[in-house]
Amino acid sequence: MNHPTTSGTISETTLAELAEIAARYPQKRSGLLPMLHLVQSVEGRVTPEGISVCAEILGLSPAEVSGVATFYTMYKRKPVGDYHVGVCTNTLCAVLGGDEIFQRLQDHLDVGNDETTPDAPGKRSVTLEHLECNAACDYAPVMMVNWEFMDDMTPDVAVRTVDELRDGAPVTSTRGPRIGTWREAERVLAGFPDAKVDEGPAAGPSSLVGLGIARDRGWTAPDSPVGEQPEPTDDPRAAGDPAPGVPEGKGRREEAAREADEDVDEAAQVEADSPTQDAAADKKEAQ
Amino acid sequence: MTEQTPDAGSTSPTIDTLTPVLTDDWDADRSWTLASYERRGGYRALDTALGMAPDEIVSAVKDSGLRGRGGAGFPTGMKWSFIPQDNPKPKYLVVNADESEPGTCKDTPLMMASPHTLVEGVIISSYAIRAHTAFIYVRGEILHVIRRVQAAVAEAYAAGHLGRDIHGSGYDLDVVVHAGAGAYICGEETALLEGLEGRRGQPRLRPPFPAVAGLYASPTVINNVESIASVPSIIGHGAEWFASMGTEKSKGFGIFSLSGHVTRPGQYEAPLGITLRQLIELAGGIREGHRLKFWTPGGSSTPILTDEHLDVPLGFEEVGAAGSMLGTRALQIFDETTCVVRAVLRWTEFYKHESCGKCTPCREGTWWLVQTLAALERGEGSEADLDLLLDQCDNILGRSFCALGDGATSPISSSIKYFRAEYLTHLEHGGCPFDPALSTAYAAVPAPVGADR
Repeated sequence: MNHPTTSGTISETTLAELAEIAARYPQKRSGLLPMLHLVQSVEGRVTPEGISVCAEILGLSPAEVSGVATFYTMYKRKPVGDYHVGVCTNTLCAVLGGDEIFQRLQDHLDVGNDETTPDAPGKRSVTLEHLECNAACDYAPVMMVNWEFMDDMTPDVAVRTVDELRDGAPVTSTRGPRIGTWREAERVLAGFPDAKVDEGPAAGPSSLVGLGIARDRGWTAPDSPVGEQPEPTDDPRAAGDPAPGVPEGKGRREEAAREADEDVDEAAQVEADSPTQDAAADKKEAQ
Repeated sequence: MTEQTPDAGSTSPTIDTLTPVLTDDWDADRSWTLASYERRGGYRALDTALGMAPDEIVSAVKDSGLRGRGGAGFPTGMKWSFIPQDNPKPKYLVVNADESEPGTCKDTPLMMASPHTLVEGVIISSYAIRAHTAFIYVRGEILHVIRRVQAAVAEAYAAGHLGRDIHGSGYDLDVVVHAGAGAYICGEETALLEGLEGRRGQPRLRPPFPAVAGLYASPTVINNVESIASVPSIIGHGAEWFASMGTEKSKGFGIFSLSGHVTRPGQYEAPLGITLRQLIELAGGIREGHRLKFWTPGGSSTPILTDEHLDVPLGFEEVGAAGSMLGTRALQIFDETTCVVRAVLRWTEFYKHESCGKCTPCREGTWWLVQTLAALERGEGSEADLDLLLDQCDNILGRSFCALGDGATSPISSSIKYFRAEYLTHLEHGGCPFDPALSTAYAAVPAPVGADR
């Protein structure tokens, strides 16, 4: 493949993989986000060279690719360390201790937000960043290392964890695998799986709290009316059996299609003045 | 079993308080694998579905009363029926797995523990809308979840649940797992489509709605993870079974995510219409020695509520009538040690950070909200600034391009409504009167005498 790179830090292998990502989609530009993840996995950040090869492959201008790369917070223009440590400081985590954890780590590592520890002999580097909500609020306060969960964090454990990371000691996610490098993580995000899917639990303890109570008390969803019937009923429209299990005749399909058409007319009206405006109006009334 | 008590607003007395369906296999050994999922009956609903006409599936989902689980509560089956089947362009299903609304943490554990439930739902839903390509847009910051979803899709291909001639039905479907790159706004469906097309994630003008011109300007259905994951159970057990749970207009079950100052935060799957009082009781109460101060019913974009609202049935209409929104059932619980001004300021900083910049009311408005709130939190400014804040909210709500701007006003206007005095205390005190150390998850349990302070 022809490409504009001459300095050669992006290898032929990477170029082939970038093209492979683009080919996953009906329209190749859809590959841009994962392609930029792959660029980060080989370059340690989104480099000008990475931008130009993506642009070349997708038939875009470098400015267009750059415009995308600067929009999303996971793309970094400055080199990221071996480990990216994120601390959630959105409201719930902040209140539960995230603010203190982030402050302790800034002090301990002597870096500010979105900064990386300097190179030191025998030490791995750590980039520290505060995060918005990372969808693990039942484990607050939450810390992420290379986008793996470090649940129910405390300031002391956070400091110990970054020390272990800097020393190159093994660190394992509380709900995931042994943590690799940030570049390895970026490669998975580009759609090239590693072999870690079976590491870690199915669910952490908080995820299972409600299920555990239901098991203890014998609570379940109602029995399946379908499961109680050994054979499919003759009349697939019988109450409680919308799962007839046999394909319907042509007439039935046409009837269903007609019904659907009527629904479209009726429903189009509903959506026409729906999502955003409705929600806004509701809230306005509520004030 | 299907006896309803619509007047009570809550669920039928014959339905159990918790009803694990989506969460039911999360404790199974290696629950994320195909082998485990199939041992528990996985992919049987797909066989049933492939024996039905696509429109029958749409009808079943309509009849079930399933409403979108991503926050807006739009009827899922109706959304599907908007897809114009006479449009010659390809149809697409896009799963919104960009779970980012502050407090929301249900889709993430679902995909980690049971990704095949989602994949089976994707196949059935795609068949129903006659799509042959589907996308699962997962936020990039949840790496292990992405691994599990990638692996589930690969396993499903290998087993013949995806690809060509699925289960010998003649139906073809490809699924692409797409990792996002960090942008709250991509949870908004048209911004998500922009991200999926490789562009900056800024919302599109509607109409045209995605059902008519969505991904690649083709008819597209975008549904939340939990909505799609509910579909196999509806096809497998029937629309009536699903509708036997929940309230009159909010049918079925949902995952309620309790976080914050409760004894046992976590995921509780229950019929819609359960109350916060019931959920807090199951969660072991507010943490020892403390009491409820305020909470969000469905993420930070839903107006906060207080202990006056413990008995509001958590259904779409019911929470709406109480002045908020059900949203994503992200129940963030804060006790009396929490400063509401600090909480609201932090949420507002979040909206400012995540505003995509496309429209002026949101881009400029959220910046001004932060300026005004931050001054109040420092004890600067005056009482008139509360009116200024409400005026700023009035200039954003309903005037911004998408719901992000609307959501930014929710915590402010609702907190001024319920906690006006606390804002004023900051002015009198010359700053925040709260000790943040007392709110942390690792704070010592207070002595009993402090319990009623």
